[in-house]
Amino acid sequence: MTTPHQVSLDDTYVISPTFLFRWEESQDAHVLLYPEGIVKLNETGGTILKYCNGESTVAEVIDELTALYDADREAIAEGVIKFLEVSHAKGWIRVKS
Amino acid sequence: MPKAGSALSLDGEGKPIWVLLELTYQCPLKCVFCSNPVDFDRYREHELSTEEWKGVIRDARKMGAMQIGFSGGEPTLRKDLEELVGEANDLGYYTNLITSGIGLTSKRLAALKEAGLKHIQLGFQSSDRDTANMLAGVESFDRKLAIAKEIKAHGFPMVLNVPITRHNIAQVPEIIDLASELGMEYLELANVQYYNWALLNREQLLPTREELEWAEAEVAKARERLGDSMTIFFVIPDYYEGRPKACMNGWGSIHLTIAPDGSALPCSQARTIDTLEFPNVREHSLEWLWRESPTFQKFRGDAWMKEPCRSCDEKEQDFGGCRCQALLLTGDAANADPACSKSPHHHLIQQAIQQSAVPEKHVGSLIARHGGHHLGRKAT
Repeated sequence: MTTPHQVSLDDTYVISPTFLFRWEESQDAHVLLYPEGIVKLNETGGTILKYCNGESTVAEVIDELTALYDADREAIAEGVIKFLEVSHAKGWIRVKS
Repeated sequence: MPKAGSALSLDGEGKPIWVLLELTYQCPLKCVFCSNPVDFDRYREHELSTEEWKGVIRDARKMGAMQIGFSGGEPTLRKDLEELVGEANDLGYYTNLITSGIGLTSKRLAALKEAGLKHIQLGFQSSDRDTANMLAGVESFDRKLAIAKEIKAHGFPMVLNVPITRHNIAQVPEIIDLASELGMEYLELANVQYYNWALLNREQLLPTREELEWAEAEVAKARERLGDSMTIFFVIPDYYEGRPKACMNGWGSIHLTIAPDGSALPCSQARTIDTLEFPNVREHSLEWLWRESPTFQKFRGDAWMKEPCRSCDEKEQDFGGCRCQALLLTGDAANADPACSKSPHHHLIQQAIQQSAVPEKHVGSLIARHGGHHLGRKAT
């Protein structure tokens, strides 16, 4: 396989074009829709993907979540980076080129 | 078409989250593995109108549907395809067109893009012109290749879906190269599942175990070489797995197919079970037929199960497999899917596999999809 993706604090992510990311009222959650598949996201996952908008850097996403959840920045940073790594590995997001 | 390799990663919580609209069974191709009913031409006069389809699209969305597939037959034969896609897109569905490509033009692709279509699944038979034309029953290879490029030019994410049989399994490396050159996001090498036309032709379509193992190794090599640039799904035929597929994630669990005549089916193959009455959207609300109709409740959950499924610790993973396959091969839809090695009927699958390894079995001719073939029940 190719080398694992490294998340950099300066990077900006976007949702991959094969995925549709949006709020789904009937599930009371953010969902990712793709051909014949659905991923229901938990609250933090949904919040992180909301910032994969082609504008916010990873550092800014961490700032936003730290403020939003009033939590320890380092713990948030670890969680955000891990989630972005998993999301990238699953093909949900890509680095904005 | 039920697909073993594309299970949804969401519990539908009792909602029909994935709807498939079979807009028409008409199709310019005559594929030998077609999953449409063998009496498909009986449905022509009974197709739902534009307004009836729109009603289905709206009602399913209200019930929590998020995924919608426009399929057939060949859905582009419906002139109202763009209008229906537009309606679905406006309601927030992820819209997917499942097409042979025949009937698509640059102009229609532009209109579908405008309507909000999110994804296209293009059926493809082979990387080799003669093989492709033979399997499709008509000259279609060049047209399909041109339309694949056109679809990419319009910026649609797409999956190339190649039903795999013994006639094209040796071409798997070339098929992968072709899909990669075309810039596909996904390639699905879907071993044909044996219903309808494919079951009629099973002896001549089912690959041998050796051929499958070779193809799987080729897929693994290609995945290493291609990395993230293209995702390859390799759907192994359940005949060789020893375990049944978790068909449709369970009967009446997340999936609802509406046939061209408005019949509601728990799976596009479900009409195989000719003892069931399939409720029609012209006569019943979607809400009633999904939640209350006897047919949708028939194999929902596990109360219907017999042994060995009833006491099996895997019953929540595979739901006893496919009801249609159980009926077709064992005569009772409530039996365990014979693809399961625990089924008392598993020898039927093993016999078919043994037949596939007998060379003289492959000399006969394939039956191309054609009108006027009546094996099953009448269209309602």
